[in-house]
This record gives sequence, C-alpha cells and structure tokens, in this order.
Amino acid sequence: MASSQRLLSMSASLPRVRVAGGHLVDPANGIDRPMDLWIDDGSLVAITASGERLDGFTPDLEINATGRVICPGLIDLSARLREPGFEYKATLESEMRAAIAGGVTRLACPPDTDPPLDEPGLVEMLKHRARNLIQAHVHPLGALTVGLKGEQITEMAELSEAGCVGFSQGPIPIVNTQVLVRALQYASTFGYPVWFYPMDPWLGRSGVAHSGAVSGRLGLPGVPVAHETIALHTIFELMRTTGAQVHICRLSSAAGVELVRQAKREGLSITADVAVHHLHLIDVDIADFNSNYRVQPPFRGQRDRDALRAGVMDGTIDAICSDHAPVDDDAKQLPFGEAEPGVTALELLLPLTLKWATEIKLPLLEALRRLTINPARVLRRDAGQLSVGGQADICMFDPQDHWTVSSQQLFSQGANTPYLGLELQGRVHAVLVDGRCVFDRARGGFNAESC
Amino acid sequence: MPRSIQINDKGELVHLLTTEGIPKALMLRILDRAKTFLDPANPKEVVNAPLLDGRSVFNLFFENSTRTRTTFEIAAKRLSADVVNLNVQASSTAKGESLLDTIDNLAAMKADMFVVRHGQSGAPTLIAKHINKVAPHIRVMNAGDGRHAHPTQALLDAFTIRHFKGEFQHLRVAIVGDILHSRVARSNIHALTTLGVPEIRAIGPRTLLPPGLKEMGLQVHTDLIEGLRDVDVVLTLRLQNERMRGAMLPSTEEYFKHYGLTREKLAVAKSDAIVMHPGPMNRGVEIDSAVADGSQSVILSQVTFGIAVRMAVMSMLAEVKH
Repeated sequence: MASSQRLLSMSASLPRVRVAGGHLVDPANGIDRPMDLWIDDGSLVAITASGERLDGFTPDLEINATGRVICPGLIDLSARLREPGFEYKATLESEMRAAIAGGVTRLACPPDTDPPLDEPGLVEMLKHRARNLIQAHVHPLGALTVGLKGEQITEMAELSEAGCVGFSQGPIPIVNTQVLVRALQYASTFGYPVWFYPMDPWLGRSGVAHSGAVSGRLGLPGVPVAHETIALHTIFELMRTTGAQVHICRLSSAAGVELVRQAKREGLSITADVAVHHLHLIDVDIADFNSNYRVQPPFRGQRDRDALRAGVMDGTIDAICSDHAPVDDDAKQLPFGEAEPGVTALELLLPLTLKWATEIKLPLLEALRRLTINPARVLRRDAGQLSVGGQADICMFDPQDHWTVSSQQLFSQGANTPYLGLELQGRVHAVLVDGRCVFDRARGGFNAESC
Repeated sequence: MPRSIQINDKGELVHLLTTEGIPKALMLRILDRAKTFLDPANPKEVVNAPLLDGRSVFNLFFENSTRTRTTFEIAAKRLSADVVNLNVQASSTAKGESLLDTIDNLAAMKADMFVVRHGQSGAPTLIAKHINKVAPHIRVMNAGDGRHAHPTQALLDAFTIRHFKGEFQHLRVAIVGDILHSRVARSNIHALTTLGVPEIRAIGPRTLLPPGLKEMGLQVHTDLIEGLRDVDVVLTLRLQNERMRGAMLPSTEEYFKHYGLTREKLAVAKSDAIVMHPGPMNRGVEIDSAVADGSQSVILSQVTFGIAVRMAVMSMLAEVKH
C-alpha cells in the first residue's frame, strides 16, 4: 500500500513525538478526555493520561497541545485537486496544502479531471505526485466509463490495482441505462464500490438553481428534486438486481434523504454523504445572484436543509464532505447561470461542521464521527481513528479560535466561497501525517522541519 | 435582492435592476416624473428636457434587440444625453474579453450610465455590484436580463394602467402566456404588487408556468376563460418561437386555440378592460389581430409611455449625487 511504502522510505527521518496537554476526541474509540499521544516510527505507540511519563521514550519533538482538541486526521470524501488538466484553477500543491491546513489527512478525489481518470497511468501519476508532497493520503476514484462518456466501461481491475478506491462518473450521469447496468454488474463482480451522484441525465439539465420559489422569482432555470429522486430510484432498483455496492454522493433534498433512509432499512448496501455547505445554505441565500452560491447539486429549500441535517444525525447520511472545488475568478465572476459551479471548502470543512454541531448542540465526538471513522469506512480504509499500534494521522485544532475567511487566509488557490469575509469558529493548528508534523500554523505553516 | 445594490442609504435609486424591493413611494415618484415628460395638451407626445446634457449613456446590448435599444436611445436623446450604442455581442466578448473586463474598459471611457441587456438572469446585478466597487458614479439600467427582470417595461406598463384605470387598488390583472421565460411578467408582478393591485392572475399551460407563483401572491389559472373573467387589465406575453422546441408546446395553432387572446375570450373580462402587450407581437399566436388593433388595445400607448418612463428613470438616476 502507498502509505506503507511511504513509511519505509521515510522511516530514517521519522522523529519520536509526544503530543501533550491536549483534549483527545476519538469517536471510533469513544474517547473524549485529556490524553497525551506518543508516536514512534510513524505509529502511535501509547496513549496515556495527560502528564504521565512513558518509560524509555525520549521524544525528539514535543508538541504542546494545550487548549487544543486532538482528533484523528479528517477524511474528506470529495476534494477536487484539479490535476490533471485544470492547473489554471488550482494545482495539486496548492490544494494539498489547503487539505492539510483544513486538518484533512486523507481524501478521495473524483475522476472528472482532464483527461478523466480512466487509465491506470493517470491514476499512478496522480498518486505518485501526491505522495511526493508528503501530505494527505490521496485516494483517486476511477472513471466508471471511458472518458466519462457513459459508453464503454473502464478497466476497473487495472485501475483498482493502480490505487482507485471506487468508481464514479463524477457529476456526469450515464444516459444509457444498459451501460449503467453493465457498469454495476462489472464493478460488483470484483466487489468495487460505485460512487454515484444521483442525477437524472435530462431533468434539470440546463438548471442552475433549485427549482422552487426562489428560482421562479429570479428567473433562473431550475433543477427539480426529481432530478435527484428519479436517479436514486434507478440506482436502488439496479442495486437489487446486480447486488452492487454503492456510495451516494452529495444528497441535496429531503425526498432524497428519505429514499436513502428507506433503502438502508431495506438492507441495500449503501452509504451516503452530504457536502458541508448544504447543511447551512439554502436557495434563498443566492438572492443577489452571487455566483459563489452556484453549486452542484444546488442549494435547496429550508426543509431540505433540515432533512439533510436530520439525515446526518440519524445515520442515513454517513459522512460530511467538503466537496471542495476551487474555481478561478474568470470562471466565477460571471452571471450566475454562466458561472462554474463549486466552492472552495477544504479549509471550511471543520469550522462549518463545528458550526452545525454547535447550532444543534451535538457533542464534538458525534460531529467528528462524520469526518473521521465514518468516511474511513466508506473508503474501506483502516483509518479515521487513533489506536495504539495504528497510524498517526492527527489533527489538532482550537475549537474557540475565531477567524475571518479571506483569500489571504486560505491556502487553496480558489477564493470561491460564500463565506468570504465572514467569521468562523474553529481552526486547525497542527497536523501530523504518518507521525510527521507536516503543518504547524504558529511556526510558519508547512515547513515540516520546524514543527 | 439586497436593497443596497440599487438603492443607496438615502433611499435614492442609484441603479434600476429590478422592480422587486423598490418602495411604493419611489415607484410612484417615477410614474409622476414620467408624466411630466408628456405634453399635457397631447399625452401621445413626448417633450424634450435637457436634463442629461453633457452626460454619456452607453447602450450595452449583449443580446440583440433593435427595438428596445431604440426606445432607450430616444429617451436619452430627448434628455440631451450623448448616446453610444455598443453591440457587445459582436465585439469584445466574442474575442474572449470577460464581461467585467468589458465593463472596466467602458467605464474608463467617461460613461455616466450603462443600459444593459443580457441573456443571463442577474447579469446587470453583477455589473452593478462591480460598478459600485470600481466606478460608483456610473448608473446601471437593466434593459432586460434573461428571465429575471425588465423593470422599465414593468414601470411603463404600470404607467399605462394608471393612465387608463386611475388607481391600482381595485384592479384585477391577468398575465397570459409564457410566464416561465418572461422577465416582463416577473417585473410586472413585483411592480403591480407593490403598487397595490389586489389580484394578479397568471394564466398559461403548466409547461410555461414557473414554480413559486403562489408565493409571489398570484392566482394561477390554466384555463384562459376562467382566468380572464372580470379582469380590468390583460397583459399578453410574447411567445418565442423556440418554445415549440424542447417539448414546451405542441404547435402555435394549438397554443392559439387555448391561450390566444380573441374577441370571444376577451368578452368575459370587464367591458372596459384594456389589453396590453410588451411587443413585438405574434399575431395569430398569443393575440388575434382583431384584439391587437381593437378598441380595448392600448399597445401603441405603451410604446409612447415607454419613452417617458425611461426618461424619468434616467433623469432620476442622473440626479443622485455619489
């Protein structure tokens, strides 16, 4: 596996680290109390009560985590790193930094790059480039069909060997249902999960906003809820006959949440996620045509947002993701309908999740579950937890730290966020990946040696 | 629409982007001002007033419309403004220049006012927000954006209704046709609601009715006769030919049969009901010639009043100190 290769090549320089004085919140192990972490050779070797000594362990590096929450590195099920092909929007370097600065140590990236991730060579190149940056672990999703054209299925086994954790069309639905069936049959042959954006290929195709009172009033072409629900019905029906395992990406509507809830109750092998912005924003917010509110799927009504929140609470929706999509100004400073959809979100994933948790008085442990162990299970990776003998991917943040979102504050190359100029609470201060300190905000950010 | 984009701290109109959110008093002031530009002896004549002497009005039409552009041009010239017509579609944007680059360049050419038409809903709002940052002395007038708004059309429609009907408080108004794609309909709904029209009806086949009409306070009808019963004003909308594609409608013939305004159908409205149309008309599609040219039609008055209303808005915008 990629991470073990990386460990081997790095082991000579891996320091012994003690993280002391922080408050450990690890949902997978049900821990929510002050604890110190001891790291050696990239792994956690001990978790002790705060202030205790560990015999025979002399740390090379002491990290003072007083006042900080320590949690497993966050896992993001969707971050567009814009490579290959869209380097003018953002680069792998800039977005990998954004991930780490947001506390994300592991992420999945969708295949809708240019060219799409439909060949093993492209996947290997992306993984190689990401690995050399020594930052977050990157898990590409392979294209389900060649060129994402919805015609010919890809060499899924080859792509899987190259490192793909699942297969997806990105937000480009397959028009031909026969191809869809074959893709599900083939993926299920090898047990590969298929990640679907529930999108009808026709309904709402030219839509740019939720079909409702706001789009009606503003004269914006609408995307009806049926765009999502019809696709969900199709997917679930085909799951019943093919036995495929499916992850549903970016639910947006109350009706969609209810369909997933029923399908889970029925016993279908599905997981689902929601983009963190959809837990906060609704169609009313786009009222002055601010193109930073242009996202896919669109922000829907207040009842939809409330249903998404309820879905995350009751486990219908397994994980919260950033759905990070940096867009350059030229593609965003346009009339709403012409602007490219997407928000930069890696660095907002944690504060916006905390904001949601605060609003509904959800304990931190439960909020972080949706950013750590739950998405790890979707990725089928032994990650998202801090256990002795396990990997030391660690996020340290100050839940009280207020900061104002600005393009200067963001490491992402994209400044396309509706939260620009607004104050958020909760900020990542230090991040360890495989036991290496890769980010320390107080000490100049990414200069690993100074951590 | 946040009020702050088109209305300043003092409550003055600095741009005209939409009729939504314009206070009633301000809207009435525009209509009152428009009246001063009509010859009292002959209200079919527009008078000259050199209120924009030395000012430059740029017509930026990203979407072609000779007729609308001409009405703005005439209004500006009657106010003694210098008018620059730019068919932007054919020039800079086609060469890859971005919308806001174009605006920056034109702003540097000593423009005082932009009259903007654009195919995308919200484009003039984007321009006005940008202008507020980079050149706040420039005024932006929306001459129609996508399906969103056509505020001067709605104001001239309101002026016409007031001219023929006096007050707004007791009127029933029917808007007939392709409301889904109509910026005229949306702007009229906001304007007439603000001015106090108690009952506005939307009439059309379900393929041409947008969501959210009830939330805007409208009664929705799919039957033309039922919808026209006892109304004071009938506002017919133009049906674009492209609606025959994309399964919106089967044919113009069937549309005319069910939604075309004929004398027989108009007979269920009040006997003194007026018939309006924003132009250009498709005779035999949304309106029968006998109605368009009949005694209840006020369509040509709308055109004249349109000049006066645009003069009113231009002169009010020009007065505001920045």
